[in-house]
Amino acid sequence: MIEIAWNNFTPWSALAGGILVGIAAASFLLLNGRIAGISGILGGLLSPAKGDIAWRLAFLLGLIGAPAVWVLATELPPIEIEAGYPALIIAGLLVGIGTRYGSGCTSGHGVCGLSRLSLRSLAATLSFMAAGFVTVYVIRHLLGV
Amino acid sequence: MKFSLASLFAGLVFGLGLIVSGMANPEKVLGFLDIAGAWDPSLAFVMGGAIMVGVVAFAVARKRTLSFLGFHMKMPTSNHIDKRLILGGLMFGVGWGIAGFCPGPGLVALGAGETKAAVFVAAMVAGMGIFEVIERSRAKA
Repeated sequence: MIEIAWNNFTPWSALAGGILVGIAAASFLLLNGRIAGISGILGGLLSPAKGDIAWRLAFLLGLIGAPAVWVLATELPPIEIEAGYPALIIAGLLVGIGTRYGSGCTSGHGVCGLSRLSLRSLAATLSFMAAGFVTVYVIRHLLGV
Repeated sequence: MKFSLASLFAGLVFGLGLIVSGMANPEKVLGFLDIAGAWDPSLAFVMGGAIMVGVVAFAVARKRTLSFLGFHMKMPTSNHIDKRLILGGLMFGVGWGIAGFCPGPGLVALGAGETKAAVFVAAMVAGMGIFEVIERSRAKA
């Protein structure tokens, strides 16, 4: 039986943020003809082709600069990072290797891939979602961390 | 130049969307991934909202050979489901479940000045570097 955390449930801001993410992916696609896959955009910098660096840096600058633009209008919502440093390092390595090996992450496979009805991206999305659910289950409920 | 400006715009809107949605907060993400605890389904709405817009955009894109700025449409061509795809996805999912960060929110939290996010991003870039090294040594072999 699934118990819903109603006090944490924020469907409207989640939907609004999701629509913004969709608009970002849509503009990248319709203006530049590319898939907005963040792991691919970042990872591509490590083996860059000629003329292939500036736009990647520009995209990442926009992403990393978003909080700075946000605070011009209002206060940032909380960012709570419970994981300790060793866990963050292991997680980062897994996310880095895994997203490149599997050719995408939540943005490229999850948002863009599902939007273009790709079965390959559906398979990837199901894989990382399943692994995410199992990992949190093991950490929180079996290990009790 | 146009291409980079459009990229900057897309990256910025993407980042703002992640902040609005709550996905930039790892605790929120872990609340979604924790179905056995008190489950917070919010993130399904983030995906739903993004895909609603995305489906329309890809339907428009499919009919075009050039983008609205005149660039070639570069769509993925592979529809092959192989071991790399699944194993890579599983590895990524384990990392996602440990920290609550996937690549985009990690970068946004880094931009918010979170030291822990900086450590996560550094490890993620190192992981991507390890992948490159393995791929290159494989290509040589």
